[in-house]
Amino acid sequence: MAITRWSSPSTFKPLEELERLRREMDRLFDNVMSQRSWLTPKVYPPINITEDKDAYYIRAELPGVKPEDIEISVEADTVIIGGERKAEDVGTNVTYHRKERETGKFKRAVRLPTQMDPDKVEAKFKNGILTVILPKSEGSKPRQIQVKAE
Amino acid sequence: MAAEKELQVKEKQQAQQQAESTRDIPVYIPDVDIYETQDALVMLVDMPGVAPQDVNIDLKDDTLTIRGTVSDYGLGETPVLMEYGVGDYFREFTLGHYIDQSKIEATMKDGVLKLVLPKVDRAKARKIEVKAE
Repeated sequence: MAITRWSSPSTFKPLEELERLRREMDRLFDNVMSQRSWLTPKVYPPINITEDKDAYYIRAELPGVKPEDIEISVEADTVIIGGERKAEDVGTNVTYHRKERETGKFKRAVRLPTQMDPDKVEAKFKNGILTVILPKSEGSKPRQIQVKAE
Repeated sequence: MAAEKELQVKEKQQAQQQAESTRDIPVYIPDVDIYETQDALVMLVDMPGVAPQDVNIDLKDDTLTIRGTVSDYGLGETPVLMEYGVGDYFREFTLGHYIDQSKIEATMKDGVLKLVLPKVDRAKARKIEVKAE
């Protein structure tokens, strides 16, 4: 009759089982939480920054905001976009069936990797999309370097 | 003095299978406000990036279908930071019978579509005077 020794350290390690379970659960949670494809920011408005060889482009979706209610200021390498989204004047004695669009003030600072020239910055507003065009200074544009054969 | 309300960020919601675009871009559900005045139902739909001529409004039976296609912008540029997706918009509503479908008006400005759906005459609230005898 074989006697199994449960308390032998090499056969039964209760804490190790628990440790393994915890690791599995952690991995499961990580898989679920990392499904987000967009980095949702905490500050309104969400922006998309793109670049080409001449400039940086910052775009924000601001439907229903009037261009005169948007303020853009540029300082060194930071662009500050602020403004207010006002509610439409609906008149008195109305009942809302649904209200999903929000109103209020917003202000957001965006830091770019290069310094910018405030005089060359342009901003356009079309169909509710704000586009800020920041031309790259000459010094930061990529330059081709010729390889001389010797 | 009330505290100033700051806008919060909401993630864009993708529409279900039925709204799939033939182009290879996502389709989102736009935010709407619907409010009722004495004479009409007014709908405000947020569709930034959609030009007025790219809005498609269909009315069939009692179903109102709103579809906005976004004109491609930013082609040829390298992304640095993308916090929101760019795509078309799609939303469907079922209208009640108190809407006069022949008189629906639509205007579009700054990415917001405004639909005015007038109520049928008999649905408007009417005051009935009580005559004393």
